[in-house]
Amino acid sequence: MSTPVNGTDCDAVIIGSGPGGSTAAHVLTAAGWNVIVLEKGRNHLLQLTAPFAPMGHFSNDEIKFSQRHFLGPDSALEPRTFRRDEADGDRFLTGRVNSLPSTVGGGGVHADGKLPRFREVDFALRSDLGGVDGADVVDWPISYADLEPYYAEAEQLVGVSGEETNPFAAWRSGPYPMPPGADMFGALLSSAAAERRGLHPYRAPSGVNSVPYDNRPACNNCGFCAFYGCPIEAKGDPVALLRRALNTGRAQIISEAYASEITTDARGTRATGVRYLDLSAPITDSGAPPVHEIRAHHVVLAGGAFETPRLLLINELGNSSGLVGQNLMFHFQTLAVGGFPERLWGASRGRSVTHLHDDHIVGDDAQTAAARAADLPWLRGGIVEHGGAAGPILEALSYGANPHHAASMRASALRERLWVFTMQGEDLAQPTNRVDLDPSVRDAWGFPAGRVTYRPHRHETATSDYVGPILEEVLRDAGAEWTVVSTSPPVNDNDRHPAMGHAPVSYHIMGTTRMGSSPESSVVDSSGRLWDLENVIVADSSVFPTSTGYGPTLSLVALAARAARLAAGVPLAPTTPAEK
Amino acid sequence: MRAALDRTVPGDDLTPGAGEAGGADYVDGLLAAFNFDPPRVWAGGPTSGRHGGAATFDQWLELGPWEERAWRARIEEWWIIYETGLATLGEDFLELSEAEQSERLSTTSKEFRELLFTHACESLYGDPVYGGNRDGQAWQAIDFRGDVQPRGYTDEEVRAP
Repeated sequence: MSTPVNGTDCDAVIIGSGPGGSTAAHVLTAAGWNVIVLEKGRNHLLQLTAPFAPMGHFSNDEIKFSQRHFLGPDSALEPRTFRRDEADGDRFLTGRVNSLPSTVGGGGVHADGKLPRFREVDFALRSDLGGVDGADVVDWPISYADLEPYYAEAEQLVGVSGEETNPFAAWRSGPYPMPPGADMFGALLSSAAAERRGLHPYRAPSGVNSVPYDNRPACNNCGFCAFYGCPIEAKGDPVALLRRALNTGRAQIISEAYASEITTDARGTRATGVRYLDLSAPITDSGAPPVHEIRAHHVVLAGGAFETPRLLLINELGNSSGLVGQNLMFHFQTLAVGGFPERLWGASRGRSVTHLHDDHIVGDDAQTAAARAADLPWLRGGIVEHGGAAGPILEALSYGANPHHAASMRASALRERLWVFTMQGEDLAQPTNRVDLDPSVRDAWGFPAGRVTYRPHRHETATSDYVGPILEEVLRDAGAEWTVVSTSPPVNDNDRHPAMGHAPVSYHIMGTTRMGSSPESSVVDSSGRLWDLENVIVADSSVFPTSTGYGPTLSLVALAARAARLAAGVPLAPTTPAEK
Repeated sequence: MRAALDRTVPGDDLTPGAGEAGGADYVDGLLAAFNFDPPRVWAGGPTSGRHGGAATFDQWLELGPWEERAWRARIEEWWIIYETGLATLGEDFLELSEAEQSERLSTTSKEFRELLFTHACESLYGDPVYGGNRDGQAWQAIDFRGDVQPRGYTDEEVRAP
């Protein structure tokens, strides 16, 4: 592989092997391109020689995945810093900040694979709903109709199970590839209560096989889903895409390859390749890893919305707009927790979440009234995930050292008798929320650590304040004896020890190289290319102009497929709604 | 070590204490991880053999060179915390009553107590391959099957109360 093509090593070098990079690898190799995928983390996903079998490293092991950060990154090597605003000084804390997995497969490995689409209005918020003071609410430069063919392709490639019962869903050109998987017992209780409240729960579209699909087995409900690699490959993202790319014979994956430099031509208008540190080499006395160079016709950036802007800022590239790293968005999480008298088994059986409802995205008269009361034009929440809790070690840690620890664990108030609604609230873009380079903290190889500066807009906290009590009401109707609501990030600066820490715990991170229709107001164009370097594509959630209230993965896969198809000259034909 | 773990996460009639269930082996195994090749940091996969499939958890996984550097440094820090903490507990710790042991523990550093508590929880409720939770006793006490691959749960079991 990587036969020289006109003096280069490959047609495209792809930085990052997560859902975005693996999609680009699949699409480009299917179009006949030769690609090299660089991944800074280790490879635990699949063997790199045919038939590309599973490595067998994933297991139901809470110590390995949850306590010993098997999927990386190791914050001792790759620290990140966080502050709420300039008043916190250079930084408020250093360590793990939104540390999406650094491993072959990226965030796709640990996600439990809820893969909803966005709706039509999400692409036209500014036009349809209008702006909000203090936020930069914009339209996307593309519409839902532009993306629909790629949504359909993404669902087929990853393998999505789902059903068309969500009354708020956007139109579709065809059915889901698979029916939904098994409902968790707790979700049956919570979705029935949600319906009694007039809400519209539905079975979550999931990138998890409900039946054998694409030569991978159906999920066997082992219970170790969110934050775990799947031992049986029932989760399709991103192993299905990477294996397809490898099967063409035109893809090479290099793990432990830390991209540090994007090389350009003399005029600085085209990228010529990438230099990377070989982290697989034994560490020498100098501590400097060997540097290798790959020359390529195209460069695809797919390191995620934290690492992609960091790489551009380190290289001082792509930033004529000054917007690289700005408009950082997380989902503002509202967690309503309910304690039940009986065991719900949500922490040990089935996928982590099996039901969602969208009502707080769509809103109603009461939500509009709540917006008026908060002096905001509108409120938009997010999908509410109906799910269980975490494993027994995390439960054990949550009780603290006390004489009755053993009895608490058997009663399992905070694990098997717990049910959780997590709302992934829409986070409005604000230029002051950003990823930039920490002025003094550096990683193990001497590069500036990325720094998050983030404070939610009043819209997010007002929405959370409105929705939280509704979620508690539903939990109590479902049978909860007690409920409590918290948010991430915490909204009270005086809370010195927030349960989930000061930095947002959401792994949904977006917006740091926003897509737009002019080089002054955006970093990439409507096809995902950097305005400043026409042969560089961004294929991750960095390009999102708005966060929406939906999980980002399916949309970033669809956008990556679209960007790669446009680059390779093989776009998909427009689609129309399927007849029901 | 065993007594300190039992005072931190104590057992009762139905659940073993963290030390009683092998917690000291867990901590020893972690602090001596690099005496083995591959180091005993990440257990293997995909199955333990307890629910079908091959027993592969004891085939420990390799670390990359930079991961090894980070884990060696982390374990060295823990060594120092344990050495200092155990010295504070004193050689007479085992001769004390349980109440006196708890009192003595409270005189150690916060850093030591936090590390001891974290490792007590990990050892007692984590996979037995790491040295604690002997014979899965703690999992049995909380009605948790641990890893269940490749058997998993049927769709009917997921839906059932």
